[in-house]
Amino acid sequence: MILRVDNLVKHYGAGRGAVVHAADGVSLEIAQGEVLGLVGESGSGKSTVGKCVLRLTEPTSGTIELDGRDITHLSRRALRPLRRDVHMVFQDPYSSLNPRFTIEQIVAEPLRRHGVAKGGEVSRRVTAMMERVGLPRQMLARFPHELSGGQRQRVGLARALILEPKLVVADEPVSALDVSVQASVLNLITDLQRDMGFSCLFITHDLSVVRFLADRIAVMYLGEIVETGPTDQIFAEPRHPYTQALLSAAPVPDPVEQRQRRRVVLGGEIPSPLDPPPGCRFHTRCPLAQDVCRTAVPALRDPYGGRHTVACHLVTDEKIPDATAAH
Amino acid sequence: MTLLEIKDLTVGFDTEDGLVHAVRGVSLDLAEGEILALCGESGCGKSVTGMSIPRLLPPDSTRLSGSIRLDGRELTGLPEAELRRVRGKDVSVVFQEPMTSLNPSFTVGYQIGEVLRRHEKLSWKAARARAVDLLRLVGIPAPERRINEYPHQLSGGMRQRVVIAIAVACSPRVLIADEPTTALDVTIQAGVLDVFRDLRDRLGTAIILITHDLGVVADIADRAVVMYAGRAVEQAPVGELFARPRHPYTLGLMKALPTAAAAGADGRLRLAEIPGMLPSSLSDPAACLFHDRCPRAKDDCVTAVPELAASGPGHLAACFYPLEDGSR
Ligand SMILES: Nc1ncnc2c1ncn2[C@@H]1O[C@H](COP(=O)(O)OP(=O)(O)OP(=O)(O)O)[C@@H](O)[C@H]1O
Ligand SMILES: Nc1ncnc2c1ncn2[C@@H]1O[C@H](COP(=O)(O)OP(=O)(O)OP(=O)(O)O)[C@@H](O)[C@H]1O
Ligand SMILES: [Mg+2]
Ligand SMILES: [Mg+2]
Repeated sequence: MILRVDNLVKHYGAGRGAVVHAADGVSLEIAQGEVLGLVGESGSGKSTVGKCVLRLTEPTSGTIELDGRDITHLSRRALRPLRRDVHMVFQDPYSSLNPRFTIEQIVAEPLRRHGVAKGGEVSRRVTAMMERVGLPRQMLARFPHELSGGQRQRVGLARALILEPKLVVADEPVSALDVSVQASVLNLITDLQRDMGFSCLFITHDLSVVRFLADRIAVMYLGEIVETGPTDQIFAEPRHPYTQALLSAAPVPDPVEQRQRRRVVLGGEIPSPLDPPPGCRFHTRCPLAQDVCRTAVPALRDPYGGRHTVACHLVTDEKIPDATAAH
Repeated sequence: MTLLEIKDLTVGFDTEDGLVHAVRGVSLDLAEGEILALCGESGCGKSVTGMSIPRLLPPDSTRLSGSIRLDGRELTGLPEAELRRVRGKDVSVVFQEPMTSLNPSFTVGYQIGEVLRRHEKLSWKAARARAVDLLRLVGIPAPERRINEYPHQLSGGMRQRVVIAIAVACSPRVLIADEPTTALDVTIQAGVLDVFRDLRDRLGTAIILITHDLGVVADIADRAVVMYAGRAVEQAPVGELFARPRHPYTLGLMKALPTAAAAGADGRLRLAEIPGMLPSSLSDPAACLFHDRCPRAKDDCVTAVPELAASGPGHLAACFYPLEDGSR
């Protein structure tokens, strides 16, 4: 495994002793060359997990192993060489690109910081990387504000990949892009990922995007992972009522199909992460909730094998709940 | 019955760089009780087209021409004082970010009541009762309690419902919703789209829904207008549009969606890309603005503007070489 996150907890203080339960006991694994799509609604804790993996924020508890090495408690200094192996791509490349640097300086920066290349070698590698992400060489002398959104995201990718990292954490990298631009950036990401072989934690709220590029999916709700599994299986047979609701709510761009689909209508609102509900955190909105769901916390289990895990009391060895049938 | 008729709407903005051509001769109409989607990518002129109707555009820099008729009454020449009466009463607007429309320091009930008092001259008591009804109409549970709450006490989805309640408080003929669900999660979006459907069914409100999301268009719209670089390039009933897109740009958009991924020659899943970039909004050439990105373009696409022409039942496309059936 390139990445192994075990029982990760991240609580943010919110004043007067209140605590935001941003991530509560998150465990996940990413194999060599695998793309894991982390999905869930706003505030579910996706970015928090991504930042903890990169140690951009300090986990409250739990462990993070990178390529077999426990990095949870490494000092900043000990962490430095490892920063070569893990890189991040952000949603808005504009705010993450220094406006006073040229594109060349931005893409070359990781090489310089880690002292892995000097002089002519730097510009050789920068030029090669620019070509790899489909940006013309003339752009090297430009500044971020002179580029379009799609071009800036290519620069963000070039910078993240120039050290040939083992793991890339991409947080909503195409969410700000238009469909036509998004298509070319998504094609580029899949091409680069297959050719360079890096593993990827791909964070997004867009199910159609993960379906396109993730090998496996993990679904988060209110700081917890409720289901993980191979992408095709999650889409073909979602097991957690929340996953079922999420999949059924995303409208498909086909009016005939869309207007025939059965939707899971969720009652209530997303509870506050300051005071998550006891038992299964989804019980306040789950159309199938039983008494047990209100009191006992369901563990992630893999009842049918095949690395398809689900945390729901209603998934038994015989039966998978169907929230679309509830009314 | 045609309720709203827009003819040759052209909107430019004076800027330091020159005249920005935001909307270039758009014509469309909206029937009573119809949900019309305006779709297309960022910058294509959806919002400017929508906001031209109540004329919520910067007065100093906007250059607007063409005709906008509501129930036969021309809106473009109306003085500001009359437009103010049109806004809120005949035409109202819902924006993407609910907090831009809500005042954080007043209760929800006060804000809805205010509108009713101003436009309908209701007493506070009557306005309050109406406000409760309106909150119920947009699917807010326990409206008697919610009415005393402040916007920050509500979730994003609830706030957007309140904004919709305010927008429909005076039973407008036309509701313009600009990306009303873009900032919301999908499970919340589904409920808000239901509110629009319900308003149309129960009150007969005609709705212009501005969105870049073709999934939303497929879900809720009766008809859609696809815009590109300030022009309406295609209009059709939604079933027809998705089944038989005529304009190469519309097809390009549909095929670029991740849901349309198809395996390439090497077996890898790929998305269809639209090569090239948007044309500059600073020039206004007499050409099809999509020509340099279009696989079907020929010489005349570079020298003349294709007008919207019929190419099926209720189906219009602005293309010299529209796609045939079965192109999808
Ligand atoms: N620095 C912080 N201090 C306090 N609370 C925080 C902080 N960062 C995140 N949170 C809270 O933690 C929870 C999880 O946030 P996070 O950003 O991880 O969610 P997300 O799933 O990435 O959401 P989105 O899809 O909106 O990006 C939220 O309730 C958020 O408000
Ligand atoms: N006040 C303004 N001054 C100058 N240019 C403007 C102004 N408002 C809009 N524009 C320009 O007009 C064009 C159309 O903008 P509009 O906001 O209608 O796009 P849109 O289709 O709504 O895009 P989005 O999906 O990003 O909201 C764009 O090129 C935009 O930059
Ligand atoms: Mg996030
Ligand atoms: Mg807009």
